[in-house]
Amino acid sequence: MTRRRVHLAAHFPGVNNTTVWADPRSGSQIAFSSFAHLARTAERGGFDFFFLAEGLRLRELKGRIHDLDVAGRPESLTVLSALAAVTDRLGLAGTVNATFNEPYELARRLATLDHLSGGRAGWNVVTTSDAFTGANFRRGGFLDHADRYERAAEFVRLARRLWDSWEPDAVAADREAGVFVRPGSIGEVEHRGRHFSIRGRFTLPRSPQGRPVIIQAGDSDEGREFAAAEADVVFSRHGGLAEGKAFYADVKARLARYGRKPHQLKIMPAATYALGDTEAEAAENAAVIRRQQVSPQTAIAFLEQVWGRDLSGHDPDGPFPAVEPDLSSDLSQGRVAIKDRAGVAARWRALAEEKKLSIRELVIEVTGRQTFVGTPQSVARQIDEHVQAGAADGFILVPHLTPGGLDDFVDRVVPLLRERGAVRAGYTGTTLREHLELE
Amino acid sequence: MTLHLAVALDGAGWHPAAWRESPADVFSPAHWAGLLAEAERGLLDLVTIEDALGLQSTLPDGPDDRTDQVRGRFDAVLLAARLAPLTTRIGLVPTATTTHTEPFHVAIGIATLDHVSGGRAGWRPQVSPRASEAAHFGRREFPPLDQVLNRPGGADLSADPHVRDLFAEAADAVEVARRLWDSWEDDAEIRDVATGRFLDRGKLHYADFAGRFFSVKGPSITPRPPQGQPVVAALAHARLPYEFAARAADVVLVTPHSAGQARAIVEEVRALSPDLKIFADLLVFLDEDGQAARRRKARLDELDGAELASDAAIFTGTPAELAEVLLEWRRTGIEGFRLRPGALPHDLFRITRGLTAELRRRGAFRHAYEAATLRGLLGLPRPAGRYAETAP
Repeated sequence: MTRRRVHLAAHFPGVNNTTVWADPRSGSQIAFSSFAHLARTAERGGFDFFFLAEGLRLRELKGRIHDLDVAGRPESLTVLSALAAVTDRLGLAGTVNATFNEPYELARRLATLDHLSGGRAGWNVVTTSDAFTGANFRRGGFLDHADRYERAAEFVRLARRLWDSWEPDAVAADREAGVFVRPGSIGEVEHRGRHFSIRGRFTLPRSPQGRPVIIQAGDSDEGREFAAAEADVVFSRHGGLAEGKAFYADVKARLARYGRKPHQLKIMPAATYALGDTEAEAAENAAVIRRQQVSPQTAIAFLEQVWGRDLSGHDPDGPFPAVEPDLSSDLSQGRVAIKDRAGVAARWRALAEEKKLSIRELVIEVTGRQTFVGTPQSVARQIDEHVQAGAADGFILVPHLTPGGLDDFVDRVVPLLRERGAVRAGYTGTTLREHLELE
Repeated sequence: MTLHLAVALDGAGWHPAAWRESPADVFSPAHWAGLLAEAERGLLDLVTIEDALGLQSTLPDGPDDRTDQVRGRFDAVLLAARLAPLTTRIGLVPTATTTHTEPFHVAIGIATLDHVSGGRAGWRPQVSPRASEAAHFGRREFPPLDQVLNRPGGADLSADPHVRDLFAEAADAVEVARRLWDSWEDDAEIRDVATGRFLDRGKLHYADFAGRFFSVKGPSITPRPPQGQPVVAALAHARLPYEFAARAADVVLVTPHSAGQARAIVEEVRALSPDLKIFADLLVFLDEDGQAARRRKARLDELDGAELASDAAIFTGTPAELAEVLLEWRRTGIEGFRLRPGALPHDLFRITRGLTAELRRRGAFRHAYEAATLRGLLGLPRPAGRYAETAP
């Protein structure tokens, strides 16, 4: 059997409690130098792309702005355009919400990024029904959950029509003949749909990739179907081997329905890592990182999100609270909602009692998701094994430090992956589509 | 006092036939990088970048079918961001419409441009009155602009209720942007390990804007930009946009066709605002030999099949002659100029090398960048955040 190639991408450490800001090595999450450092490191490692998440409203807990985690970020596509100037090959992908954007404008911005980067643009399509976020937009919050993927699919199909609406050779720029655009080469787009009705001509020639790479990150049945129909990359949460294989098999099996081949959709789970010179040192480093990620205050805040109650009177290093969750109240806004809070609370309580864990120890235990812990050799082996076993096509690495969080990985793990023949020795193409081997 | 000098960049230049004699590939980042490097070499205050949410056209509304002019244009904010890391001192002022965009997105885009450029961002807010552009969004029905222009008194768009609404919306959009830029105090990020707090939430503020066209809660997701507030520059030709500029902008770009008109416009604008910086726009064709400049423009007019028409005065001549015009207009109270090069890069070179040298010889232009931010170059103070409590 031929070896499957491992694809790697890097997530900029942002607004999550996984981003450690209290470490002395932690720098600005806003300064352009931070973005440039991480992107250049990823490019040095031959990564397929650099990935930026998005948030459109500051998160709140108990009706107040959440003040414990990194907050504040720049506008995604603006930063990615600036990064196009300081990188040459690295793909530049960002999350942009389709609910609070219009297809004509966003298609134009993405095509601009693709032109300005020489074909390196990627778009992670997300939607929301969240009126809390909608309070910052003309649209407000208005979508039923069932409509979200329908709107996203209509959005993406319409964006594609706009991207395709200029003939590939539309721009002649023939100075002698005085022909800038070939006659009839700019098509009219007319669309009457459930979510959008637009008519007109697009303002940009076809971009180097034709269309930017489409990324999708939902896990529901509708999300998986949307990915199979429309996406080039799935950003999954299933980093473990068994669940990864199940997800991988399920999503790849859906592709045939849309006339697509398995290699045309890359499945890339988010993954964290902790390295050490020995396995014991790596485990120790992982534990230190986990304690940095879950401060005493963060532990209480986590519990409050599940409990729907103010638990500020509890000692984070003390026993688990005796009080039951208030399921009628939700204290958290602007975060992904926790499903089945009653079940989560019951499981956490049982685990805390069984292992005799304090509040903070429990939160560290249940929110941990260090996917790869070990020496560089063992982490390289684990990553390769996941891909060879059909649990993923690669990983989107989520470092915990800005901006140096990827340095160790690129310096110590990537050379070993190259030795194994798991990753390219260097870039062989110039566009993100070429890096991902989508065609 | 030295004058301020800006250059307006668009395609291959402002003459629609400019591309016929220009080496420019308007869809290549290298074209733009070269122009910016040259503008910065000339120590210009800023460049503006044109934009619209519809194709260029010779018609008042909707696309024409001409194939002999440049069609197509990048998103100006993203283009400015792409150029920011390649420059260090020059201001970057992209155009972005207020009509079909989300004010929140535009505000954080411009704030981000300010962050990535280290305090060199501006924004030229622009209304989009065209029905053809509204059809790209399908959310609003606009009367065709031809129809608006043909109404009684239509030559003055300011009188039209549709246009008045667009300017009212634009004023709201700038107000929201400014509130969002102020919504984080400068020192809101505290990283206080002892209390576990990354932020001091007392230094974050809701924008709480509710208006006729939209409402925005805030705060911004992007921390306060380096300039506090990026520079807002508005192009204005009549009373209504002067009022908009006086209310919303830091710089107004006006279009007098003579020193006398310049004096009248300065008086009208000054009566509305004592602080607004007043720049005059001129479309320029420059050569060391004035005849050559006139012949070049005539050649381009012939290629285009029509004499160049512009809202701004058109100047053809030598850099020395242009310097005299600028200094004459400056005496009327004009503080700076935004020059629209007829052809790129030709006329830009004549500005950055010839004109700046002529102005320097007359003591009217800088010898070195004297500030690191665009506000600094323009002599505009860094505003205090409106929500920040001032020390007693």
